[in-house]
Amino acid sequence: MNIFDKMMSLDRRWVFLFLIVVCVIAYIVPFEVPIIVEPEVRSIFNFIDTLPKGAIMFIPLDYDPGSMAELHPMTWAIVEQCWRKELKVLMTALSQNGPGMADQALRDIADSMLVEKTYNGVTYPPREIINGIDYCFLGYKPYPSMVMLAMGQNFRLPFPLDYYGVPLDSLPMMQGVNNFDDIAGAVNISGTNSTDYWISYAQGRFNFPLAIGVTGVSTAQYYPYLGSGQIFGIMGGMLGAAEYEELADNPGNAKDSMRIQLAAHLVIIGFVIIGNVGYFMNRRQKKRMQREGR
Amino acid sequence: MDFTTFLWTTFAAFLTLCTFSFLYKDNPFYKFAEHLVVGAAAGYFTIILWHNGMIPKLMYDRLDDGSPWFLYLDSSAPWYLLPAILGMLMWTRFSKNYSWISRWPLAMYIGIGAGAAVPLEMKARVNEQLVAMMAPINWSDFFGHGGFNLLDATSGLSQLLVFVGTLCALIYFFFSKAHTGVFGGMAKFGIWILMIGFGASFGFTVMARISLFINRMQYLDQQWIVAALDLGDTPNEAYHWGFPFFFYLLIAVVVGYTIIEIYRHVTSKDVTSPQ
Repeated sequence: MNIFDKMMSLDRRWVFLFLIVVCVIAYIVPFEVPIIVEPEVRSIFNFIDTLPKGAIMFIPLDYDPGSMAELHPMTWAIVEQCWRKELKVLMTALSQNGPGMADQALRDIADSMLVEKTYNGVTYPPREIINGIDYCFLGYKPYPSMVMLAMGQNFRLPFPLDYYGVPLDSLPMMQGVNNFDDIAGAVNISGTNSTDYWISYAQGRFNFPLAIGVTGVSTAQYYPYLGSGQIFGIMGGMLGAAEYEELADNPGNAKDSMRIQLAAHLVIIGFVIIGNVGYFMNRRQKKRMQREGR
Repeated sequence: MDFTTFLWTTFAAFLTLCTFSFLYKDNPFYKFAEHLVVGAAAGYFTIILWHNGMIPKLMYDRLDDGSPWFLYLDSSAPWYLLPAILGMLMWTRFSKNYSWISRWPLAMYIGIGAGAAVPLEMKARVNEQLVAMMAPINWSDFFGHGGFNLLDATSGLSQLLVFVGTLCALIYFFFSKAHTGVFGGMAKFGIWILMIGFGASFGFTVMARISLFINRMQYLDQQWIVAALDLGDTPNEAYHWGFPFFFYLLIAVVVGYTIIEIYRHVTSKDVTSPQ
């Protein structure tokens, strides 16, 4: 077996082991990688940043703990930005395993607001975030497409009560808020195909500004909607989250992870090159042997 | 962090290591974690569905004194019973003689779904995309707004590329004419466009998978190890010997399993080597 055969038949576990070692080293050794912010992420930040105080941002969180790694940093950065700008946040969780996680995220972010922070040179005083005044969490209902169509008529149709069992009419924030006409815009953060529903059933039917934050796996398939203007922004996977953290001047786990991503991608690119070199050299060698009649 | 929370954290760390052990090979630890996550997710979903669908819509409403009133029989929404009955009819699938009844609720569900989907999906996924693809080419900013920028998605060049790329990709899937000559060249360009699309998806997928691994590393380091060895910024007042004990116990299990696997691997090679 020559070296090219060995390259082609390399046990995949060596690849995993090498990748793990590289990731661990990159995690331990701190170094910064530059984050280049794309226009599709910047447009989401600018949209929220320029909203007037008291405007309502609708943030449907359609993911479960399996997608936390990529999507939680987006949720964290966007919700904190909304609250620091004194916007109100309306939330749903239309992924069946997500409501508890979304509730926990809201509480954690609300806790972080109790501390004074400085973002992009502006110091924000501590704030107590109150359920029903600063945010309303509607929770989960099955069949997302039908829920979206019903919300387009009135939020109270699918959600007469919020996640905590309080009637929407009794929440100060929901006074006069009936449907998508009463929100400034929406950012759907999703680890499922519910983004398709938000584009087709909600934005397509009720025509409100919609941006999306999705997992890396599904990012590429949503770019056509950006080109057609159906969505005004897109955050793709952990890189999108890191770009948003960079813009919001609120570095978190996503930005911290970019150096590990860089190292891991270099390793994978290296293995792809090795595999291709092995394949082509092996093919060339076989052709030569055929020519020589061996 | 109290000790009970730490035990759950340790259990999560254990499950993380169980899951990653699959990278070496399938094993009972991985099977345990896999079955646990499927079971827990199904159980959680059932309870969420019960409390968010069945109870508020069908089972009972709270009266002013807080007591439950069942089935909305005299409420303003008695028609909720209709979908409830249709839902129950789905269970007739388990009967050989009456399984045909389950087609009625299924037909209604499919009918409503299709009725809602067809116009909206057509508008969002076909019409809007066609309009975007056929937008007039921006000749004044052909190479990008305010200068030369090939990554500008709104430049005339990008618009032209999207139009030609879409057309060629569609030609690749047109099999009523032989892919030869100019037509064949366009089909070949179409497959290149498709490959670039698949490559972008693959790149994003790699990032997604690495993200999951990074997240677990962050969890193990920032939550589990920090809690086990009391390495946090503020000392844990509830910290005691139990924390490091369970930490080292789990490490011992992982190291022990690894040694056993290496031993098995080496001995199995000894057996097979003469062949």
